[in-house]
Amino acid sequence: MQVGLVHFIALSAVLFSIGMFGALTRRNAIGILMSIELMFNAVNINFVAFAKYIDPINTTGQVFTVFVIVIAAAEATVGLAIVLLIYRNFRDIFVDRINLMKW
Amino acid sequence: MLSETASIIFYIIAFVTVVSAVLVVTLKNIFHCALFLILCLFSIAGIFILCEADFLAGVQVLIYVGGIAVLMIFAIMLTAGLTNFKVKQHNEQVAMGALAVFCFLLIVLGGVAKTLSVRGGFPTAHTPKIIGSTTHSLGKLLLTDFVLPFELVSVLLLAALIGAVVLAKKDGE
Repeated sequence: MQVGLVHFIALSAVLFSIGMFGALTRRNAIGILMSIELMFNAVNINFVAFAKYIDPINTTGQVFTVFVIVIAAAEATVGLAIVLLIYRNFRDIFVDRINLMKW
Repeated sequence: MLSETASIIFYIIAFVTVVSAVLVVTLKNIFHCALFLILCLFSIAGIFILCEADFLAGVQVLIYVGGIAVLMIFAIMLTAGLTNFKVKQHNEQVAMGALAVFCFLLIVLGGVAKTLSVRGGFPTAHTPKIIGSTTHSLGKLLLTDFVLPFELVSVLLLAALIGAVVLAKKDGE
């Protein structure tokens, strides 16, 4: 069976779901960040596949992927800095044990 | 539509991507998770190549594998002692989370199936493909139509860099 746009969309949906499962169930803050990276990548696959099949001349969809990658890099940097800060103060990076701001 | 050979390659890459992604979210050892994340990101670069996005495949390997994944491994190393096997790595919401994610996947794939059956498929362009690199058109777009978001995202990246340095440095330095 030849691969079309639908296959890329299905792959992207599956990958996004896996990332969402990780973000919902992981206790380790770094594990949650890794799951969020998986979700970013699923979105990128969608953008690139639609750019290939719907607008192959202008490649506008790929520009959005560039922006998503930049945002993901910024998010990972700040997120990991916060995780390291939390580890330094609490000696812990399990998100269910960090409950200082819960009432 | 991809050609026959490209279709087989797509199925192999998609299988590797999904399996490594599942391992990323289920393995107990967080360091192994990071290694499988690298494999997953590499195979997504392969998907980009199948979509004729050669520039993005290079960017994917350079930034994700070379930057973000290495950053993750650094953070895991710096928080060592919490990564042993005895500590539980998942919270009590595994069953509920799996159910919610399954429902989400069902809704999305149902939407795709509905588009296929009602509209008879997604709209596709019938224009001839460009042969060669996408880098030229991508760079042209970034500096003409998308120049304002381009500049904004540069400022955002600078702010994130400075913010990370300020957050990570010790107090009183």
